[in-house]
Amino acid sequence: MVLSAIYILDMKGKVLICRNYRGDIENNVIDKFIGLVMDREDEGQITPLIQTEEAAFAYIKHKNLYVVATTKKNSNIVMIFSLLHKICSVFESYFKDVEEESIRDNFVIIYELLDELVDFGYPQTTDGQILQEYITQEGHRLEVALKPPPAVTNAVSWRPEGLKYRKNEVFLDVIESVDLLAGASGNVLRSEIVGCIKMRVYLSGMPELRLGLNDKVLFESTGRGKSKSVELEDVKFHQCVRLSRFDNDRTISFIPPDGEFELMSYRLNTHVKPLIWIESVIERHAHSRIEYMVKAKSQFKRRSTANNVEIIIPVPSDASAPKFKTTIGHCKYAPELGAIVWNIKSFPGGKEYLMRAHLSLPSVEGDITEGKPPIQVKFEIPYFTTSGIQVRYLKIIEKSGYQALPWVRYITQNGDYQLRTT
Amino acid sequence: MTDSKYFTTTKKGEIFELKSELNSDKKEKKREAVKKVIASMTVGKDVSALFPDVANCMQTDNLELKKLVYLYLMNYAKSQPDMAIMAVNTFVKDCEDPNPLIRALAVRTMGCIRVDKITEYLCEPLRKCLKDDDPYVRKTAAVSVAKLHDINAALVEEQGFLDSLKDLLSDSNPMVVANAVAALSEINEASATGRPLIEMNAPTINKLLTALNECTEWGQVFILDSLSNYTPKDEREAQSICERITPRLAHANAAVVLSAVKVLMKYMEMMGQDAEFVVSLSKKLAPPLVTLLSSEPEVQYVALRNINLIIQKRPDILKHEMKVFFVKYNDPIYVKLEKLDIMIRLASQNNIAQVLSELKEYATEVDVDFVRKSVRAIGRCAIKVEQSAERCVSTLLDLIQTKVNYVVQEAIVVIKDIFRKYPNKYESIIATLCENLDTLDEPEARASMIWIIGEYAERIDNADELLESFLDSFQDENTQVQLQLLTAIVKLFLKRPTDTQELVQQVLSLATQDSDNPDLRDRGFIYWRLLSTDPAAAKEVVLAEKPLISEETDLIEPTLLDELICHIASLASVYHKPPTAFVEGTGGLKRALPSRSGEEDASVMATGGASASVIPEPGSLIGDLLSMDIGGGGSTAGAGGTGNVDILGGGLDILGGTAPSAPVSEPLRYDSEESNSTDKSNAIRNTVIRLQSTNSLLGDIFGLSGTSSTTFHIPPKQVWLPAPKGKGMEISGTFSRKNGQIHMVLTFSNKAMQPMNQFAVQLNKNSFGLIPAQALNVPNIPPNQSLDISLPLNTNGPVQKMEPLTNLQVAIKNNIDVFYFACVMPIHVFFTEDGNMEKKVFLATWKDIPSANEVQFTLENIECNADGVSTKMNQNNVFTVAKRHLEGQDMVYQSMKFTNDVWALAELKIQPGNPSVTLAIKSRALDVCHSIFAIYDTILHN
Repeated sequence: MVLSAIYILDMKGKVLICRNYRGDIENNVIDKFIGLVMDREDEGQITPLIQTEEAAFAYIKHKNLYVVATTKKNSNIVMIFSLLHKICSVFESYFKDVEEESIRDNFVIIYELLDELVDFGYPQTTDGQILQEYITQEGHRLEVALKPPPAVTNAVSWRPEGLKYRKNEVFLDVIESVDLLAGASGNVLRSEIVGCIKMRVYLSGMPELRLGLNDKVLFESTGRGKSKSVELEDVKFHQCVRLSRFDNDRTISFIPPDGEFELMSYRLNTHVKPLIWIESVIERHAHSRIEYMVKAKSQFKRRSTANNVEIIIPVPSDASAPKFKTTIGHCKYAPELGAIVWNIKSFPGGKEYLMRAHLSLPSVEGDITEGKPPIQVKFEIPYFTTSGIQVRYLKIIEKSGYQALPWVRYITQNGDYQLRTT
Repeated sequence: MTDSKYFTTTKKGEIFELKSELNSDKKEKKREAVKKVIASMTVGKDVSALFPDVANCMQTDNLELKKLVYLYLMNYAKSQPDMAIMAVNTFVKDCEDPNPLIRALAVRTMGCIRVDKITEYLCEPLRKCLKDDDPYVRKTAAVSVAKLHDINAALVEEQGFLDSLKDLLSDSNPMVVANAVAALSEINEASATGRPLIEMNAPTINKLLTALNECTEWGQVFILDSLSNYTPKDEREAQSICERITPRLAHANAAVVLSAVKVLMKYMEMMGQDAEFVVSLSKKLAPPLVTLLSSEPEVQYVALRNINLIIQKRPDILKHEMKVFFVKYNDPIYVKLEKLDIMIRLASQNNIAQVLSELKEYATEVDVDFVRKSVRAIGRCAIKVEQSAERCVSTLLDLIQTKVNYVVQEAIVVIKDIFRKYPNKYESIIATLCENLDTLDEPEARASMIWIIGEYAERIDNADELLESFLDSFQDENTQVQLQLLTAIVKLFLKRPTDTQELVQQVLSLATQDSDNPDLRDRGFIYWRLLSTDPAAAKEVVLAEKPLISEETDLIEPTLLDELICHIASLASVYHKPPTAFVEGTGGLKRALPSRSGEEDASVMATGGASASVIPEPGSLIGDLLSMDIGGGGSTAGAGGTGNVDILGGGLDILGGTAPSAPVSEPLRYDSEESNSTDKSNAIRNTVIRLQSTNSLLGDIFGLSGTSSTTFHIPPKQVWLPAPKGKGMEISGTFSRKNGQIHMVLTFSNKAMQPMNQFAVQLNKNSFGLIPAQALNVPNIPPNQSLDISLPLNTNGPVQKMEPLTNLQVAIKNNIDVFYFACVMPIHVFFTEDGNMEKKVFLATWKDIPSANEVQFTLENIECNADGVSTKMNQNNVFTVAKRHLEGQDMVYQSMKFTNDVWALAELKIQPGNPSVTLAIKSRALDVCHSIFAIYDTILHN
């Protein structure tokens, strides 16, 4: 059913710290791990899961670490992978960067955390905020009477009790990321919007929140079908949201965690015009030079402006002596990315810009065939959502009856935004 | 201040130094010392010598220090069991500590100390902690029960901890419930009998569903996984559970989503497939599955492997979602390869254009494995979607023009399959393929090319030269290539006998004389004899039309698929293997999907609607002897029955021309253990063997009339309904046949405290239309009494095919309740008394039934001779039509007739002194063969 042990290894496979929860797997089994990974990498058959006679290894890479779980049974592997990622984020909440050095620097607290995060292989409390209430870096004396916060076992396991703020405020960020995959011939293969609502909550007590969106399903069921609304394809909620309530009448009601968290994410498959469209002509003259002509077009409303636009155009690794000509922004060659980066600070809607680049190629060709990485685009468009989603209201009710202010911001940015080249 | 300083200690005298520090009076120094010890332990140094000193630090008021000491104890207690006892007192004391953190810590750590002696001391504190006021302690204690069970299962049962755990399922705190469920599931799974120690029932399930809404994400996973082991009692219950689980699909945690999908997929099996509920549920499943593809790559990988299973079970769910499986440039390779698999599965006429242009794009990438798989995928599309075949072929030709070695080879391998699927359509490209002959260095590609040359030898002018060029290096070739070369040259010879005689002789002698490989040798001999005996027959066999190849590839066999669906989200679902294949000692607990209750046919779920022919795993792939031995591709047709080329008919004709004693100098048996016996080799064997037997029948007209049946075989009674399930009524029974009527012979035992009466019986629709001929005449049965009764049955009731054929579902009612059970009928009760077929009719019928309808079995350890067999079988309405002695073997021919006028014919080959008897059964209704074999086996061993 569950994992047997958790190991944190450096890139060479040396164990930095480990915790064996079930004792059904010998500790030295992990010594074989790095060899197995290397073998599979050599054969090009790498998978995040390696089964051997003794155990199954499930691992993730985090910075310069391998975080590995072993199991001997037919365990719930999705749970194990989710847990490994969660563990990394809990460590991050304790000591920011999780890497070789910080693991050594914090081994005592890591042992304590591993003891609390998982019991006998079963994940327990993995909420960084709550854990920080009773697992602290200072050695506590018992007189201080440290007790498990009620949140650990409460139905509301994500919010401590008795919070107090002088000014009660809530910030809502609606962030939409646009994923795009376009073919070399200029056809859109896939486009989707992945949105999320992030919150920063500074509220006293145990407030009840209710969020109203212009959700199409809700509007239709309440007879407001004609108002502008958005059809959310798949919605995922933070564990604080009452799922059965949402399932019943599409009400998003919850008691929020304290501070920053992601309330919900959603996905839309609606076809929208790509916000920034790139056309490229690449002329390759073998043994001498390669020329690029790149046209960038903003296809959103003139009122809006995209900020910090970065167009990353991959070039062959053996190209050199770049020369650029552009109507706006500036270009630089980034050999570490194997690409030219074209920066445009501010890109208003309905505009079109051009860039030409010229690079030399060596007269002798290398043997290695290179792939054709796609052009990638990064951008941010404030005060704008592609989907048209709107926060209609955020009701905050607390028994003390205080007034709280909700603030809402909208932003659209690039997600996985790729355009293939010829 | 960081902890890293603890790692830098002097090497010499380190242990000694630590020892003195540990025993220091200063608390601060003590704490530092313990940290140093733990640091040493972390880097793998053996610090077990310090056990007593560290254990001494256990009684401290510093929580951090206590935790470190506990950690040390967990690590070293096993190597120092005697010393570990010293720590017990502190543990017990800590379990009484006023601080719940300490109580929980102590009970948690004690469970992790896997020392037998300690476990006894654990029981009392654990019992208290299970009833602790603080939920934090209770949830920890719940898990500790599982720990204790893992160390000493008997102790847990003795001490009644299972009941305590069960009580916790009703705890007011959702986290406690979740951990109790996790512990219970684990204990159930570990149960030695394979039977769960604690059965879930509807009220418990209800409690779990309530807790589901309130517990942490991980707790939700525990609860959902445990629900997936529960089988609702009927459709209504299944539906109401589904309704309460569906909201989980919107959870942000992928593990919660996939575990919910598992439960839903399982429960959906219990409902009518067209029911509105199932349709709407299927629609709800698609979006969350798609969203999983935006999670971390490792989770994506697991999700994709699971989606692969889900779309095999329910293809409709994701049929419109092709685009989300398009490969992104920066996907990890393992994600790319899985996406490709799913793209092929979802490919259909509607989306094939898009798929193909994507695949073409992928085929020009740099990653070799990915490119290979993409090329193969193009071929698969050609086979799967007929309309696209032409475009696929031209795409493949384009790719061949790139001259990239591995692309060319992959392309040739798939083109060979395309040729088989669409014969006489694309052969014009053969010339292009031949141009690339020299570049092929992989066995599979070489073998494919050779197959193509052999198959189309008549259209390739220089086929002989091409094949000859391979022959020079025959010995160095891979077996696959050798076998293919042999077959191809034989085909060439049969097509162009005049100028290739020398070539064929060369290859036959290379294969039979110079090779150590038994497969190759035997195949060489088969060809040789065929060719020398009768070239015309050889042509019939070797150049026979081949069965079409299947469209779907790598489909998982339905029963395995059903089992894997029950394991969604687990390792098994990623490996596509049952847990028994990789986990040691997983009892007898095999998961199966629930079947639909109620009247409709139970076979719906077994096949899951549209059934596609199944391609076995490469390992067991039954290749086609005459066409391809290439294992990996898996595109050859399903084995067995599909290849019903009527070789038998042809063979008989051939024989008609030759002398009655067939010229078989050496037994032409293809040893099926040596290599997977194949369609055609089976056919060949059958031809030869049948030749003998048919002749014998023709030649010999002496018979044996059936002796009248006196001792009909009645299987011993079996318990059909055990008393606990029958609320005190136990029913055991069997079947018999008396005076031409089938009887159900029953024993009712009343093991309850009250009398039973008002009995009635009903049979569900079954394969042979059995219905009771009269009402069940059972009077009042007082407690502790039993009653025997024989119920005559007729066979004119409604018919519905059951799986297995002889399955019978029975409902018996009494004053207490209605009980349902199923039993298996011995098939011979359906053999009628007039089943003796005339010899001539027998002969004609035998010839008439196609060879595909013949099944061969081996009966082991048969002690009686031919006469004994006849007698025994005749008593059970299996009649001997003829008997004959041939080359030291006794051949017995028997016939039987079923109540529904279906006939079955049997041929027994008995070698005196040899306890193995070969039984061949022929019938137009192929399904009965296995049951007939089973009854032969039973009767002859009786």
